[in-house]
Amino acid sequence: MSEQEARFLATVQAEQRIEPRDWMPDGYRATLIRQIAQHAHSEIIGMQPEGEWIAKAPSLRRKAILLAKVQDEAGHGLYLYAATETLGVDRAELTEKLISGRQKYSSIFNYPTLSYADVGVIGWLVDGAAICNQVPLCRTSYGPYARAMVRVCKEESFHQRQGYELLMTMMRGTQAQRDMVQDAVNRWWWPSLMMFGPPDSASSNTEQSMVWRIKRHTNDELRQKYVDMSVPQAKALGVTFPDPELRWNDERGQHDFGQPDWDDFWRVVKGGGPCNEQRIAHRKAAHEDGAWVREAAQAYAEKRNRQAGAA
Amino acid sequence: MNDSVYDGLSEEHADDARWAYGTGFHDELSGVDRDIPSGVDGADLGLYCQMLGDDALVLAQRLAEWCSRAPELEEDVALANIGLDLLGQARLLLTRAGEVDGTGRSEDDFAYLRPADQFRNLLLVELDCGPGPGGDFAVTMARLLVFSSFRLSLLYRLQSTVDPVIAAVAAKGVKELAYHRDHAAQWVLRLGDGTAESHRRMQAAVDRIWPYLDELYAPHPVVARLIEVDAAVDPADVRAEVEDTLHRVLRAATLSIPSPHRESGELSGRDGRHTPELAEVLGTMQELARSLPGAVW
Ligand SMILES: [Fe+2]
Ligand SMILES: [Fe+2]
Repeated sequence: MSEQEARFLATVQAEQRIEPRDWMPDGYRATLIRQIAQHAHSEIIGMQPEGEWIAKAPSLRRKAILLAKVQDEAGHGLYLYAATETLGVDRAELTEKLISGRQKYSSIFNYPTLSYADVGVIGWLVDGAAICNQVPLCRTSYGPYARAMVRVCKEESFHQRQGYELLMTMMRGTQAQRDMVQDAVNRWWWPSLMMFGPPDSASSNTEQSMVWRIKRHTNDELRQKYVDMSVPQAKALGVTFPDPELRWNDERGQHDFGQPDWDDFWRVVKGGGPCNEQRIAHRKAAHEDGAWVREAAQAYAEKRNRQAGAA
Repeated sequence: MNDSVYDGLSEEHADDARWAYGTGFHDELSGVDRDIPSGVDGADLGLYCQMLGDDALVLAQRLAEWCSRAPELEEDVALANIGLDLLGQARLLLTRAGEVDGTGRSEDDFAYLRPADQFRNLLLVELDCGPGPGGDFAVTMARLLVFSSFRLSLLYRLQSTVDPVIAAVAAKGVKELAYHRDHAAQWVLRLGDGTAESHRRMQAAVDRIWPYLDELYAPHPVVARLIEVDAAVDPADVRAEVEDTLHRVLRAATLSIPSPHRESGELSGRDGRHTPELAEVLGTMQELARSLPGAVW
């Protein structure tokens, strides 16, 4: 191990931050770029499933809450792309990789939103799972990523509470509304468990990421935490999760639960989910339709710079 | 696992301030007198609140159509922000409308239960300006420049209306509208003086929007009665100021100013005579709320 590398490891293991100008192993840089880019892409693609409902929101208050939430997700994407730029890549390049399918985003956004209850359930379960994944990242070893996560997590917690509050309201409404909520929970529960990634036994990147202090908990640890947290919330809401194996285990002091269909998970990751094509096509269209606007902004800025230079 | 994933968040729970902006509004005007000012006709005032509220609501709905479709992420954020400001104004104004017109209707009753011919918004805000085949980013910015210049001048004067609620909405709104106008003006400049393509699109956008300008300043009997009692602003009074702004921006953007053109005839948004585009917007907006009677949201 080189002296630089030893110093790097000592720094991360002392829980200190690595900053953009510090030396870092190539693998560390590459892992971070991949992980942060994937996270940024997820925020941006994640605007779509709920964004569809802004126009149709059933009250003006809900419309404002949803528009503010989807706007936050765009902001999260921006902070995260900015964090990747400190590692020497740029947003345009990453966007190209996203729309050409060379970089991934969270598979959770490849499922359709079928009713307004989905908006609440996404807030509660999907933002909830994102929080479980991301709170430990507020202490991740790469400084710009950790700082972006602090800001993101605060906003995700609003999203989760807003989603849960919508569901609580719907559960006090009509039977049709209660049925909508349960149906949405049934559809989103398993995909939300998949958000923690494959089981530890099948996860290739975890070990190195833990040594580098990028990650602090394994996928299975976080998934367990999420289940234990969600069960009492479901009870308070008056819904059930579609898992016959879900029960409290006194000995472990945790819940036992069934495994998601991992074959389905890999199928969706590889592009076979119900909305993969639609999500990428939507992002690609927005990007391509906006090209003339970005070119104009650049041309205008160059003209102004030239004028300033000539003056 | 030694740290609870929620520990870091618990301290945030009291911090709901950001939701008070645009989404929760009950405290926003706390302390503002809600009686109908003496000498003001409640039904007229209610209609005026609908005019001002509907302008904001329909444009907010149109701007939100850009969400996840904007030319860059910063613009997704900015357009959502502008939409949220307008939606916040709409909610306060429509609530006020139901309070003063004697019907007790809520903001949602106005938004979701009225048919298109009861909406009082200007035609300008209902037009489909994109994304999609109805327009593009240039038309969206041309419309936003016109609307925000007009509304800024209106709200600036409405700060001293005798109706305390409209005055409070106006006082908050002028800061918002100043930002909206600046944002739109920046884009009109960039697009007008950017590339050959953006110049062509921006000129076409201005040419498409300009015919809707005259309606902004048209007199209306309800407004005329309210002007008499200092409850409303005469839109004709802001014309010179608004056109001065618009012309300066267009000239700086190397765009030619279309000749004034009166939109002919039958349509008048303030009287509920709209283009078919409003019915389309409302069809989408109202569908879910109307489909589940008795539901609570
Ligand atoms: Fe987010
Ligand atoms: Fe979120």
